[in-house]
Amino acid sequence: MLRDAVVEPVIELRGVEKHYQMGDTLVKALHGIDLKILPGDYISILGPSGCGKSTMLNILGCLDQPTLGQYFLGGQDVSELSDDDLSQVRGKRLGFIFQSYNLIQQLTVVENIEVPLYYQGVSEKDSRELAVELAHKVGLGKRLDHRPTELSGGQQQRVAIARSLANDPPVILADEATGNLDSKSGGDILEIFDELNADGKTLILITHDEGMAMRTSRTIRLKDGEVAYDSYTEGQLV
Amino acid sequence: MNALTLIREFSLFRLKQSVILGVKSLWMHKLRSILTAMGIVFGVCSVIAMLAIGEGASYEAQQQIKDLGSQNIILESVKPTSKTAGGDQQRSTILEYGLTYKDISQIRATVPGVEVTIPSRDVKDFIWNEERNVDGAAVGTVPWFPEMRNRKVLEGRFFSELEMSMRAPVCVLSKSLARELFPLSEPIGDTVRIHTSYLRVIGVIDDDPAVAAANEESEGSGEKGDGMEMMIPISTLEDHFGEVLIKYRSGSFEAEKVELHDVTIRIDDPDRVMSASLAIRHILERNHKQVDYRMTVPLDLLRRAERTKQIFNIVLGSIAAISLLVGGIGIMNIMLATVTERTREIGIRRALGAKKKDIVIQFLIETVMLSGAGGLIGVALGLAIPITITHFANMVTIIEFWAPALAFTISVVTGVLFGIYPAFRAAGMNPVEALRHE
Ligand SMILES: Nc1ncnc2c1ncn2[C@@H]1O[C@H](COP(=O)(O)OP(=O)(O)OP(=O)(O)O)[C@@H](O)[C@H]1O
Ligand SMILES: [Mg+2]
Repeated sequence: MLRDAVVEPVIELRGVEKHYQMGDTLVKALHGIDLKILPGDYISILGPSGCGKSTMLNILGCLDQPTLGQYFLGGQDVSELSDDDLSQVRGKRLGFIFQSYNLIQQLTVVENIEVPLYYQGVSEKDSRELAVELAHKVGLGKRLDHRPTELSGGQQQRVAIARSLANDPPVILADEATGNLDSKSGGDILEIFDELNADGKTLILITHDEGMAMRTSRTIRLKDGEVAYDSYTEGQLV
Repeated sequence: MNALTLIREFSLFRLKQSVILGVKSLWMHKLRSILTAMGIVFGVCSVIAMLAIGEGASYEAQQQIKDLGSQNIILESVKPTSKTAGGDQQRSTILEYGLTYKDISQIRATVPGVEVTIPSRDVKDFIWNEERNVDGAAVGTVPWFPEMRNRKVLEGRFFSELEMSMRAPVCVLSKSLARELFPLSEPIGDTVRIHTSYLRVIGVIDDDPAVAAANEESEGSGEKGDGMEMMIPISTLEDHFGEVLIKYRSGSFEAEKVELHDVTIRIDDPDRVMSASLAIRHILERNHKQVDYRMTVPLDLLRRAERTKQIFNIVLGSIAAISLLVGGIGIMNIMLATVTERTREIGIRRALGAKKKDIVIQFLIETVMLSGAGGLIGVALGLAIPITITHFANMVTIIEFWAPALAFTISVVTGVLFGIYPAFRAAGMNPVEALRHE
């Protein structure tokens, strides 16, 4: 419609299916997902456990390939990309935030933030400067040389956010980013997300928290591997 | 992924980062890393140390053989050790044995390329300097003896052709004999006595290296093995002592008749030494019914020493290969454990943009650092051991410059070889599953 006419979607899924062969039975984690995500969208994905949220996010994050259907990222069919290209896409155009933070334990805060820069071949000096700047931005300016084990969950998640921003990707994917946090630290994280969206980033957040869903501008509910509700198309239908 | 682009894309900075990261993760498991590297340490260290000791031993052996002259064939008369010699009824008879002038003339006539022969004859008796005496031997020989036998004249000079033709009563003492007879004074110009002949000392020559070596191994078993000898012109010897030698020993006496005690044959062409030695052996076997001579072919000994060294090197190489194989397997084992342990880290890195080759390189660098560090420590130990042995056990050890370099290179190559599989296994992981790994 109007939105479609003006902007190209950053992400488009066309009939995406994901099947898992478990012994004799075929598990259809996703079947027939059609979805358009526009630049600047602020999306929460909800749904009961096992409905395929993480599966979908892994596909969106180019960590996994759909069994059927097509995934266009910025107009590019992802299934045509080589393994190296996929790595490149993940490093450059996508930012990941995980429920369990997934920081590298041997590395300090700054070094963790530098990891995505390292794989993009950013020079030592630039990379350090940028990592320090990002650490300040998420409020960890005083913790630069701490190890993940010396940080609280909320602080670790903020390091992960800083890390996801390192290469300035247009799209950020978060799988239950506040799932392990108390409401105070979770609230801090959500505030950062709000700011990022205000800066123009596309955010796709998986959550169980209805309150979090209220903050986002678009809500998608999955059920049994299908889109059961999308506030955007719902709105269109009205 | 091909190796060239892999190297090209891998900048120095990334190498540095990988090394830092490798050090960090190896440091996290200090004990494990040290134990793993130990396999390589001992492999490398034993290779270098054994090579050094082996080189040293074979160098010494070869040096002794080379001192005999590699183009020479040395013939000696030996008393046959049999029932026919010795015994009561033999006491008063004359024992005839050994090399004859006939042997030598046949050799000269039939064997091609016989350049010079040094006929020499020994007379064994006490050698006197006034009151002092030593049980030794007078060796009748020719003026070119020193150069033929590679013996150095230490003091004075050797006798000349003129002295030989004049049958001059002169002698050149071996170093040991000179030391025994003239412990305090200068021998040259003085006179020594053997039997009833007086001889003027004109020089001192160094000891026979073969005898010196034999002495070191078994103390004083040979009768003339002491190296207590003096060289006199062979003509002089024949003048003074006929053909029969009678030696008085504690009441009884032994009588021996030996035409030639000692002959050195020099073959002009080094390539023909072995064939000439066969021909000579053939002649001697035909002429002598009993084995009353000894034939030494330094070149043959040298070849045998070289072959021994080759076998030693093969054994050494196998031991080295096995120990490095064991070390390599140890490294592979640990790296596989590391890869499993760090599955999640691999997933994270892949999600953050790491390509497969980045993961491969990261783990390879870690393996190579592990084996390289082991290699360096091994080289240090491997250099220290031979030096210590030389210092305390007074044994010659030779460290070839290439040995540490080779051992170190092999340790690194081992690291790469045994690191490849774990590294590729790490890189081949499915990112989603790796991320889900606990
Ligand atoms: N690797 C796999 N092999 C087999 N089945 C799988 C695999 N991954 C996911 N599934 C199945 O796919 C379905 C969707 O899983 P998914 O992880 O996407 O659920 P989810 O919506 O993220 O649930 P949760 O809210 O509990 O995280 C589940 O039924 C799960 O059992
Ligand atoms: Mg999930």
